[in-house]
Amino acid sequence: MSAPEVAKPVARTPKPPMRAGAKKARRGERRVALYLIAPTIILLAIVIGYPVVSAIVMSFQKDAGLDPATGMFVQGGFAGFSNYTHWLLQQCSTADGGTTACPPGNLGSGFWNATFVTFFFTVVTVILETVLGMWMALIMNRTFKGRGLVRAAILIPWAIPTAVTAKLWFFIFSVSGIANALLNTQILWTSDEWASRFAIIIADTWKTTPFMALLILAGLQLIPEDVYEAAKVDGATTFQRFWRVTMPLVKPALMVAVLFRILDALRIYDLPAILTGGGGGNGNATTTLSILVIDQIRQGFNSASALSTITFLIIFIVAFIFVRFLGANVVRTQESQQKGKL
Amino acid sequence: MKATRLSIIAGIAVASLALAGCSGGSGGSSDNSGGDDSRGPITYVQGKDNSNVVRPLIDKWNKAHPKEKVTFKEQSDQADQQHDDLVQHFQAKDSNYDVVDVDVIWTAEFAAKGWLQPLTGKYKMDNSKLLPATVKTGTYNKIQYAAPQTSDGGILYYRKDLVPTPPKTWDEMMADCSIAKQAGIGCYAGQYAKYEGLTVNVAEAINTAGGTIVGEDGKTPTLNTPEAKKGLQRLVDGFKDGNIPAEAITYQEEQGRQAFEAGKLLFLRNWPYVFNLAKTDGSSTVKDTFGIAPLPGDGGPGASSLGGHNAAISTYSKHKATAFDFVKFLQSEETQKFFVTQGSLSPVIASLYDDADLNAKFPYLSTLKTSIEHAVPRPVSPFYPAITKAVQDNAYAALKGSMSVDEALKNMGDAIKTAGSGS
Amino acid sequence: MSAIAGPAAAEAESTSQKTSTARARVKPRRRRGTAQGIRTGISALVIVVWCLAPFYWMVVTAFRDVGYTFDTTPWFTHVTWDNFATAFSTKLGNHLGQALLNSLFIGACVTIIGLLVGTFAAYALARLDFKFKGIVLGVILGASMFPGVALITPLFQLFTNWGWMGQYQALILPEISFVLPLTVYTLTSFFREMPWDLEEAARIDGCTQAQAFRKIILPLAAPAVFTTAILAFISSWNEYLISSQLSSDATQPVTVAIASFAGSQPHQEPYTAVMAAGTIVTVPLVILVLIFQRRIVAGLTAGGVKG
Repeated sequence: MSAPEVAKPVARTPKPPMRAGAKKARRGERRVALYLIAPTIILLAIVIGYPVVSAIVMSFQKDAGLDPATGMFVQGGFAGFSNYTHWLLQQCSTADGGTTACPPGNLGSGFWNATFVTFFFTVVTVILETVLGMWMALIMNRTFKGRGLVRAAILIPWAIPTAVTAKLWFFIFSVSGIANALLNTQILWTSDEWASRFAIIIADTWKTTPFMALLILAGLQLIPEDVYEAAKVDGATTFQRFWRVTMPLVKPALMVAVLFRILDALRIYDLPAILTGGGGGNGNATTTLSILVIDQIRQGFNSASALSTITFLIIFIVAFIFVRFLGANVVRTQESQQKGKL
Repeated sequence: MKATRLSIIAGIAVASLALAGCSGGSGGSSDNSGGDDSRGPITYVQGKDNSNVVRPLIDKWNKAHPKEKVTFKEQSDQADQQHDDLVQHFQAKDSNYDVVDVDVIWTAEFAAKGWLQPLTGKYKMDNSKLLPATVKTGTYNKIQYAAPQTSDGGILYYRKDLVPTPPKTWDEMMADCSIAKQAGIGCYAGQYAKYEGLTVNVAEAINTAGGTIVGEDGKTPTLNTPEAKKGLQRLVDGFKDGNIPAEAITYQEEQGRQAFEAGKLLFLRNWPYVFNLAKTDGSSTVKDTFGIAPLPGDGGPGASSLGGHNAAISTYSKHKATAFDFVKFLQSEETQKFFVTQGSLSPVIASLYDDADLNAKFPYLSTLKTSIEHAVPRPVSPFYPAITKAVQDNAYAALKGSMSVDEALKNMGDAIKTAGSGS
Repeated sequence: MSAIAGPAAAEAESTSQKTSTARARVKPRRRRGTAQGIRTGISALVIVVWCLAPFYWMVVTAFRDVGYTFDTTPWFTHVTWDNFATAFSTKLGNHLGQALLNSLFIGACVTIIGLLVGTFAAYALARLDFKFKGIVLGVILGASMFPGVALITPLFQLFTNWGWMGQYQALILPEISFVLPLTVYTLTSFFREMPWDLEEAARIDGCTQAQAFRKIILPLAAPAVFTTAILAFISSWNEYLISSQLSSDATQPVTVAIASFAGSQPHQEPYTAVMAAGTIVTVPLVILVLIFQRRIVAGLTAGGVKG
């Protein structure tokens, strides 16, 4: 196996020249790559692939209906796309077989609201966490006394289990809790439309900024000192140094962090469920898509599978847009960027 | 090639983990043969046993039945978690869950899915000693599926230093609100956050006013009545006039208890558990100044929502005879008395509420009995999750003032109708 | 491009600073350095306060007598150890101690196996050339797109069929799958930045490809590897939904154990005990981080001058 590798030329370009021995090298490489990637793919296929496929299959079945004669649930039949129109077009079936618009109180009517809420949370929390995380990472990157303690302190919000954090913030934000006591207000944090949304944003930002800070810090570690020095010698201000040196070089790590944070934020469940129960405003101000899924699972699993599939597609589209247009290209090397700068 | 070797080793590691798992564990077996007459060890599944009543009871049973020992499987404290756990195991046809403790609102759902053994024939239970309202919660489609085990009803807590005699009707209570205003505190609160407690309170308001949420069949909404409107309107007006403080819209049980104990409420609707805590909490300012009374009604005590838990036998159990005996044991007078003395729980046997000793130790018992005697169960329907969602969403909007009462009741009815058709 | 971030990097920076300001004026030289130091100090302080304030409130509540749960006095009052005793007590079937060990064990397994598997995949994606790279990356990313809440029921049924219910592997395997996408992407992105010519040089000197990878590249990627390890561990530590359904009493992690805390009465919320448990649970993680925090900022030199 090692012979073809040594024969590979020591070049910067990832593509080896197509010479006689190169094809064999490629095949050998492919086999190695296969073995290396196989465990990951197998694991993901079992734990995530199987549920996704089974969800898609079930989403085309109707939920069990009640047999009026016996009063027992019997299998629903084939549903076609009715589960999907239930969510996307808000169509509920009536007892006589027709369809009608889903009234408030039926979960279907909450789909677009949940989509809006989910996107709102995602945009706000990701922007906040990226900015704050970048700031924290820059500080952690510097030399000063006691920075080990700062790094440990930064991780504490994230180290506390989410369930405990959610209870803690529920406690803090209760009407006679410490938040209102310190601010000397009577804000109904868990029931006002925007107060409840911001309560969740505050709690989520507090909890998840360390995640971003950590990943960005790792990215900052790769930037060699002399790059900064050279910029300083050239007379760049602090801001210019940050914007033209740090940012491009930390971009790969930053993009990975932001991408995964977006994916996580679009699936957020624990925090809003425990903090506000999805309520606030008219009762749905903080209901996210995942909360809707869990609520629906309790009422009918097949319809919930359709909703999960729809959520999956929404997230896929968002990720696709992000990767394609915002250049979250993790396979781009730093080299090409550096070449332009120095 | 080292990398290949390493990856092969990793692959084998993952695979061996998989194989190792396959050899162990008793998973869900899907046969329920030999269930009916056989005796043997069983498992009892219940949510968190806060007051430590179950373990001593099980010990007692195990001593008397060494060949039919009961194992206690304790679930979490959260009702939703308990529900989901039961659903998962039933769906997997797990024969390890023999006797399960079901909240009164899930009984119909589980019964309709065929997961509960009907208590007929050789499993017929004697319900003569029980409070009738509790038996209703275990009955679906005229068949009994679950045996009442504990009950719960709402009672009115009031400040006897400010209001010497408790109000008997809602209007009287609202009239007493002037006293609250003078004292600078809130008048009345229940549970109005968007969760099951809201359904409890709204159902109480509607039922007390003489209306019902669904008809006898458990799925046709009956909200289009003046009584239902009167009930919901009372709560809405309470918020509008400030008789129910604005922050009560965030209250679950604990927040209301906290407000009452801090002296910020004149009247509180809550479960009996508040009684002991209000008397013993260090921070309680109302230790000696509060009293209890049945909920105010309309010419009679108010219709509390019935809480409580039932014990049911799983269809998939392999030792149903033992399970049946254990259920009877849970309902026996001795056990029920133990529930009261050890756990401060509410028993289902009517005569216990009149017991003089118990009443001396637990002063809320007679009030609780009145409450349960006049209690109305929440809709007994296999679609209860959808019904409670319909009620919660619309009632919450009405209380917030963003929907008129008529609109809210109409939407509630429509949503309940769509629940019935399974979509 | 210099792959060696000078061991004298810190020195170099301050020297160049001194020289550049010396060119301008003589006096403010020290003040400039101190000004930045003060700004950094204040920023650090703000960060620490922001991160620790709610945690402080959690600790205050943890030490507060349960009868005064709703007291909002911002400092310690009615101090008692009762809540910690309650949290650890096994009287009511809670086993917080056992749950802590479970969480540590599961977290360790998830981290080690996840990193191993992820490193293999990242190496292949970063270093080797093969046709379906884009698709593989897409599939791995796709695994992070499905709502986790919807995985519970299928996994429950799958693991019940395999007889894995309530066993460690039923918890470990799903958690590894949750951390794999981020692990693979982070490591891939970092491996791409590595100076592969160093690895080539080492191979020419006689190392095998794997040896070169292990001895040259991995140490340079140490910040990324340790960061990913911490992320994986904490992600497993935080996991609740799957564990709540798939674990048994013997194997439940702390998140599930804390969620089953109960007050002494039905409907009562055991806030103080939960806060006490939360405090207890954070301690091992903080210790772990303090031990490994130097590795997070190892820099491009193996030992890490800055740390």
